[in-house]
Order: sequence, then C-alpha cells, then structure tokens
Amino acid sequence: MHQREFARDDTYIKWQLGLGFAALFLGILMGLFQGLDRMGIDLYKYVGLKSYYQGLTIHGVLNVLVFTTAFNGAFLPYVTMRSLKRPMAIKGGSAIAFFLMLVGVLLAAWKILDNSSTVLFTFYPPLQGHPLFYLGLVLVVVSSWVTFLNILLTTRAWKQDHPGEPLPLQAFISLVTYIMWFIASLGVAIEVLVLILPWSLGIVEKTDPQLARTFFWLTGHPIVYFWLLPAYLSWYTMLPKQVGGKILSDPLVRLVFILFLLLSTPVGFHHQYTDPGVPAGWKAMHALLTFSVFFPSMITAYSVVASLEIGGRKAGGKGLFGWIWKLPWGDPVVTTQLLAGLGFFLGGVSGLINASYNINMVVHNTAFVPGHFHLTIGTAVTLTAMGIMYWLLPALTGKKLWGRGLALANAWLWFLGVLIFSRGQMAGGLEGMPRRTWMATATYLQFMETWDIPNKMTAVGGALMFLGGMAFFAVMVGTLFFSRERAKVEMPTAEAIIGPEKGSPLFTKRLDVWTVVAIVLVLIAYVPYLVNYLGDAAFVATGQRVW
Amino acid sequence: MPIERSERLFINLSILMLVIFFIAVLVSAFIGGLQVPAPAGTIDPAAINQTAPFDNPGVRELVPGKRYEVVMIAQTWAFIPGEIRVPAGSEVTFRITSRDVIHGFEITGKNANVMLIPGQISLVKVKFDKPGEHYIICHEYCGIGHQTMYAKIIVEPAPQAAK
Ligand code: HEM
Ligand SMILES: [Cu+2]
Ligand SMILES: [Cu+2]
Repeated sequence: MHQREFARDDTYIKWQLGLGFAALFLGILMGLFQGLDRMGIDLYKYVGLKSYYQGLTIHGVLNVLVFTTAFNGAFLPYVTMRSLKRPMAIKGGSAIAFFLMLVGVLLAAWKILDNSSTVLFTFYPPLQGHPLFYLGLVLVVVSSWVTFLNILLTTRAWKQDHPGEPLPLQAFISLVTYIMWFIASLGVAIEVLVLILPWSLGIVEKTDPQLARTFFWLTGHPIVYFWLLPAYLSWYTMLPKQVGGKILSDPLVRLVFILFLLLSTPVGFHHQYTDPGVPAGWKAMHALLTFSVFFPSMITAYSVVASLEIGGRKAGGKGLFGWIWKLPWGDPVVTTQLLAGLGFFLGGVSGLINASYNINMVVHNTAFVPGHFHLTIGTAVTLTAMGIMYWLLPALTGKKLWGRGLALANAWLWFLGVLIFSRGQMAGGLEGMPRRTWMATATYLQFMETWDIPNKMTAVGGALMFLGGMAFFAVMVGTLFFSRERAKVEMPTAEAIIGPEKGSPLFTKRLDVWTVVAIVLVLIAYVPYLVNYLGDAAFVATGQRVW
Repeated sequence: MPIERSERLFINLSILMLVIFFIAVLVSAFIGGLQVPAPAGTIDPAAINQTAPFDNPGVRELVPGKRYEVVMIAQTWAFIPGEIRVPAGSEVTFRITSRDVIHGFEITGKNANVMLIPGQISLVKVKFDKPGEHYIICHEYCGIGHQTMYAKIIVEPAPQAAK
C-alpha cells in the first residue's frame, strides 16, 4: 500500500543509506588499521595516509558523525511514513536532507584527506582544522535538522487528520528521537558557529578551549542517545514481532522515551569530570542525573527481554531459560539484534564505571573508554543497524536477501570480535593505557609489559570485527546485484498487549509539554555554570596545527 | 500507567540500585576523600614564563620527606620537568598548565587524572607510599607526537633521617 506515494521519499532514503554505509565501510577499514597498529603493523603508508591520527580522524568522523546521522535520517523517516501511512510532509525534504549531507560529507572528507584537519572527531580547540572541515560538519547537522522538521510536520499533519488520537508508537519514537537531538545539537552548533568558525577563518585570533569543550559535551553526551534510540525503536517495536512476541505495554514504552528526552541532555558534564575549569558541584549534579539515565535503560532491558520471552515461550520454550534457544537464531535480522543487545548489556555496565563521578579518574581518557563504546555504539547500535538492513534493503528494493549464511557470520564474527577487542581495551585502560595513541610508535611502550596482551587482544578482536563487517557488506552488495528472487517485505510492527488508550494522556499525547520540560532542564543544568564561567572566561588560546 | 506486577517490582529494584550507587559515590567522595579535580585558577599561556610559579617549573619541598609540590608545564610533546624524584611516603601536589594545546595527565598505577587545558591551571594530589617507578602519560591527542609525551616519577626509598 502507498508504495507509489512513498517512492519520492524512498529514493533519497536509499541514497542516504548508501552514503551512511559507505562511510561505515571506510570507517571500519580504518578501525582495522588502528587495531593492527597495536601489533606494529603499519598499513597507513600503503594507502597514502600521513599518520595514525589522520586515520583516526576518518574513523571517528565517518563512523559516529556521518554513518549514524545518515542512517537515522533515512531509517526514521522511513518508519514515520509507514507508521503514519502517509508520505513526508515537505515535498523534496528528503532530497534536501540528502544533498546537504552529501555536500557536508564531501567537504569534511576533502579536508581530512589533505591532512589539513587531523583534529579527530572531537575537534577540540586550539587544534585548528580547515574552515571547510567545520563547515562540512555543520551541513551534516543542518541536514539532520531538515529531517527533524520534516518528521515534525508529518506527524502534525497526521494529528490534524486524527484529532485526539495518540500517534502510532513508531512515529512517536521517531519524533521524540529528533526532538531530543534537536535540543542536544544546539550545543555543538553554538560551539562551531560562534567559537570555532570565526576563529578558524582568522576573524578572531584567540579562543577559550574550556568553554568550547563545555558546548561540545552539551551535545556530546546526548548524541549517544541519538545513536541509540533508533536501535531501541527496533528492539522495542520490531524485534518482538520478528520473534513472534508482543510489546508488553505501549504507554510504558512512551514513558521510557520521554525519560530519555528529559534525562539525556542535561548530563554532559560527566565527560568533564577531570576538566580543571568546572566546579566539583556541577560535576556531582551531572553525576546524579547521569545515573538516572540508567533507569529508562533498565526498564528497556526488562521490557525487551520480556517481549522476547513471550515469543520464545510461544515457540515451545520451557523452564527459566529454555525459551532463549527457541528464538529464531537462524534469522540474521534477529541474531544481529540479540547479540547487539547482549553487547549493550556489557557496555552499559562498563558505562556505569565511566559515569561514576570519581571512579572515572581511573579510566578517564584511557583505552577503557573505546573498550566501552565499541560495545555500545560500535556494537549495540551498529550491529542493530546491520540487522535492520537485512529486512530494510529487501523492503526497499523488492529483492530477497542474498547470502543468509554470510549474514549470520556477520553477527557472530562481530560479536566475538568485539568481546575480545573490548576486553583488551578495558584491561589496557585499567593499566593506564591512554586512548587515541599511535601505539606502535609510543616511546613509553617499552616500559609497559602489562599492555602486551591487551594490545594483542585489540588487534585480534578488531580483525574479527572487521571480517564480520565485510560479511555484512558482501550481503548488501550480493542482494543489490545478484539476488534474483523477488521478496515482498513490510516494516515489522509488533502489537502491544496494553495499548496506548490505557495510558495517561499526559504521557501518550503531550509531547509539547515534555519538550518544554526538557529545555528547562538543559537551561538549569548549564546556564548558571555558563554565567559564572563567562565572568572570567579565558580567551587565550591561538590555533595550532601540530600534525 | 498500567504496569504489570513483575514489571513494577523490577522498576522499584532499579530505583533502589540507583540510590545505592549514588550514595556509594558520595560516600567515597566526601568521606573517603576521593575528589575530582576542581578549578585552580586561570593563566595566559603566552605569559607562562613570566607567571609564578610556572616561571620556575620543578619539584619543591614543602615538608621534607612528607609534602612536595611539583610545578609542571605541558607542551608539545613533553612534560617539564620530565623526571621527578620524591621519597616514599610523600604526598605530592601537581600544579600543571598547558602552553599550547589540550593535553592529558594520568599517572600509571594511581587514581590521578586531569585534563590540561590552555588557560586553566590543573591541580592533582597524589600519595606515593611505596618505592618504585610511575609514568605520567599524556592521554589527550595533542598532535603528531602525542605518543611520545610522558614523564617519569621515581619514588625513592624513604631516607632514614627524614623519619
Ligand atoms: C571493524 C570494526 C572496528 C574496529 C577494528 C575498531 C577499532 C578501533 C580502534 C583500535 C580505535 C582506536 C582507539 C584509540 O586509538 O584510542 C577506535 C576508535 C574509535 N572507534 Fe572504532 N573500531 C571499529 C568499529 C567502530 C564502529 C562501528 C564505530 C561507531 C559506529 C566506532 C567508533 C569509534 C570511535 C568514536 C573511536 C574514537 C575515535 C577517537 O578517539 O577519536 N568504531 N576504533
Ligand atoms: Cu600532550
Ligand atoms: Cu597527547
């Protein structure tokens, strides 16, 4: 149904997915290089890159800035259209979003590849990249704002046609995700537009790195929820259907996403526990708020596992754990997501360590941190996105998925790989191994025997992840070019045992109220600090190109 | 909100867990004395050489054998001073700032961790109980030589006389 009306948007959704996954492809290729660097194998020189850090900039920018934004900007509009049964409200909106993203990515890539912007994906001043690098990133963000506006207007139009009805759950989640992201992205927008661009263009000479970091992390924490919420959307509302289960309670799911909207933005200072320019009191307050984000994640763990259990028991699973083996492990769409969820559990636990106000001092900026986030973003999110592609690509192209065995190999290789990789990184971090370091040439490596095994685990685990990734791309290419059979695949949408009409309207219908509350919370969490800081801001740092 | 019984139980357990975590953190911070870094003043990186105490980096003895201060400058790609000797049993306050880009400061085998941000002064206190060697490692990407940026701390056996 509606295929014809959707076609206009679908074209650009496909292109945007193509762009996102092309970024991921190059991103994980650099990941392989970084892993092998830990065994002294230098592949950079063969591909014309000047240094490990140039590769790391590519890895960070392409994986977590481009891939995620492009994937969300394709997947969530797709979900919104199917769930509301109407095309996107802005004619040409999907096209504008795609072209903004394309131009942005090309600009940033150009300035990374000419080695003028080896500033890593966090681009902390006073490291100073080329102005076009920052402009490119700005365009990527602006593209995401276009998508936000488009989703907002589409849901608005639906509401006018359906007065008094709650939005269908999947559209609701898509909208909440983008509202959250829009609020969150203002931090980095201010950082780049006000502090960085004029300074990198030479209009102002000096900048304040501490202030820039504060704006960066205002966005930098919630951005991880922007990455994560689409995976949650799939786990909550699609996976139950894919395993033959049901959503427990639709209103509870909405509550969880509202909690993410409220709690994920005002916690950025927990990335700055060790910054000298932030008073300890603010850090403690953000620590408290950070722990509370754990709460909706706990509910998610419970609800998602419970809806899986319904599916497993229906298939004949008995006993406390017997249902687990009855889940459709032969289906790559399911296996990727189950393993992603398992990885997320481990990642979440390690995240509590990072979040802990003072325990953080043991691991801050050590290899422990990449150990943590390759389980979360690198696996929970990425592997879920791959699993989504296993039904989305057939849905978009009408071609049957090609290479099911390879797709299963993708899931298991990646999962096994990341377990080894992250174990290595975390163990190294606890032994003081710094992150973002060109390990093979580190002059202190000789003194650190305890890093030996961690480095090898990073390399071996990373190589396995890379192989898993290649299996994924083989399946994508195979489906596009070699798949002969047609398939008719629809977006999976699970039923809820308790429907939205049972929930209080405040939670199921009033997103506007929660948006205002979210903004107020951000203001409370930042404005007093900023007012106080700006009193003696230190605009003292000149730009440096030291690579 | 219609919620199942087991679900409610789980939600309550989660809340309880959060409360316990947070109390644990507060206890370790305010009773155990494990504190995160806090503001210790600002400085103009261009004027480091003329600003006390950074005009004279090095180790200072405050209470012989017991308390020391290390005034340190981080710059691409070295810590100044690059080698520090203190006796076992001493408490050392590091007062550090950066001359150019953001650097990191972390001591292997210790809970000492702070960012070094141009314009800001960072303060870390560390107790060295046992003789041995530690490394101060720059843990924030600071350019092409980031992986060569470290300093060494030699903790010497406590001299008899100082006891
Ligand atoms: C084959 C798969 C992958 C491998 C082998 C790999 C490996 C690595 C390694 C070795 C590092 C460097 C750590 C350091 O120098 O501190 C790293 C950093 C990083 N990785 Fe991956 N990675 C992979 C996939 C991914 C994916 C899928 C994502 C996200 C979607 C991701 C996000 C990141 C980020 C954000 C960093 C930090 C960059 C920075 O600190 O500037 N990685 N990865
Ligand atoms: Cu450094
Ligand atoms: Cu460094």
